[in-house]
Amino acid sequence: MNKKSELKWTRKHLLGIEELSAEEIRLILDGVSGFKEVLGRPIPKVPALRGRTIVNLFCEPSTRTRSSFELAAKRLSADTLNVTASSSSFVKGETLKDTARNIEAMNIDMIVMRHSCPGAPHFLSRFIKTSIVNAGDGPHEHPTQALLDVYTIKEKLGRIEGLNVSIIGDIAHSRVARSNIWALTKLGAKVTVCGPKTLMPAGIEKMGVKVTYDITEAVKGADVLNVLRIQRERQKRAFFPSIREYVRCFGITAELLRKYAKKEVVIMHPGPINRGVELSQDVADGEYSVILDQVTNGVAVRMAVLFLLNQVRTTEVE
Amino acid sequence: MNLRVKATVLDAGGIKRTLQRIAHEILEKNQGVEDLVVIGIRTRGAYLAERIAGNIKEIEGKDVPVGAMDITMYRDDLTEVAEQPVVHSTEIDFDINKKKIILVDDVLFTGRTVRCALDELIDFGRPACIQLAVLVDRGHRELPIRPDFVGKNIPTSMNESVEVRLKEMDEEEEVVLLEEKAGS
Repeated sequence: MNKKSELKWTRKHLLGIEELSAEEIRLILDGVSGFKEVLGRPIPKVPALRGRTIVNLFCEPSTRTRSSFELAAKRLSADTLNVTASSSSFVKGETLKDTARNIEAMNIDMIVMRHSCPGAPHFLSRFIKTSIVNAGDGPHEHPTQALLDVYTIKEKLGRIEGLNVSIIGDIAHSRVARSNIWALTKLGAKVTVCGPKTLMPAGIEKMGVKVTYDITEAVKGADVLNVLRIQRERQKRAFFPSIREYVRCFGITAELLRKYAKKEVVIMHPGPINRGVELSQDVADGEYSVILDQVTNGVAVRMAVLFLLNQVRTTEVE
Repeated sequence: MNLRVKATVLDAGGIKRTLQRIAHEILEKNQGVEDLVVIGIRTRGAYLAERIAGNIKEIEGKDVPVGAMDITMYRDDLTEVAEQPVVHSTEIDFDINKKKIILVDDVLFTGRTVRCALDELIDFGRPACIQLAVLVDRGHRELPIRPDFVGKNIPTSMNESVEVRLKEMDEEEEVVLLEEKAGS
């Protein structure tokens, strides 16, 4: 029997990967397989969070992450409430702080929040007694995405330490990239980032990654390619000349993989995919794509996170 | 809590003979291995389940399916335990519908763990029956639960505890009665 980590989880919030230690990340990941097994049962539901209420406070559009969190909460028997920006009092001018405090006054236990401003969940955590899970704060962090990516890599390749992981695309606007870099480097992977110069933040090397602007260099020797979404909505500001040019320089195609990639390279994408842009059709659906595994694992990882945070909360209340 | 060993209740040989007897009793009561499955409660109950299934195989020459379950997600006392429980996997890779389940744990105490396990098993299907086998029954039940097969009854007081140590995960192989040190 392998001895699991002796470390105790003490955090009330999950705000980012940056502040976590490697041991804390491993502690979360160690629990995930137990929750994943629950998802395969005839009745995929356990009573662990019965009587708890979790609010999904989403001030930015999201399908995948919100459904994933909602499902994770329901699989743990928690009650969920969805508050979205467009249909809430934000449009009437209520501040984030007021909205959150009002929600809290309704006696809820956890807030899962997404906001376009970096640090919004950190800001709220200073005023609010309930646990907060960051489900994406602008281009800053998206911790549960990084955890599910790391879990998926570990599931496919058996380890993280020593692996070469290339993150490709719009690094500058990507919270997924940032959280992934923190998680992967803490666990001992070698990370390369690749994308157009205009989408590469200055000083990114300080996070302990290698930078390249040449896609063949990012693909060669990589065990994992984590391909980010090109955020077309930001294209109005013209970070590169055209989508066609981006596809030609940075698009991942079967031909590119055949020429330069390791034989069993793992292809990941946080979704939603722009088919034919960052990933060609055949690669997105190809045998090395684990994109749908990422989605399945996402629910299990979020269950593990909600379960851990709830335990800390319960201890505090008693 | 500061504990000291008050007595060794079973040694390695004692555990072995007890598990053999339990296997015989299970076969006697169920008249063979038909529809029988053995499921242990993690962590030590899972090892005991493996051993009981091994004994059944030796006696009858037939394999019975063995599973292991983790009941952490069904607990109602997460706030009362000192150490933070780590979630392990439940591994029941067979259909339990209409099966006779032998549920195995190391020590039966308040009965709350067994309550969790029963709830969890019911979520997996509708077994024909569930029978409970424990290596040690130390009394002090808080729920109306009784074992069908008992290795050893050990009357205890509340400031004592029973620890089962198995070679699969511990250095020793024994069952010991521990008692709180006076003045601690």
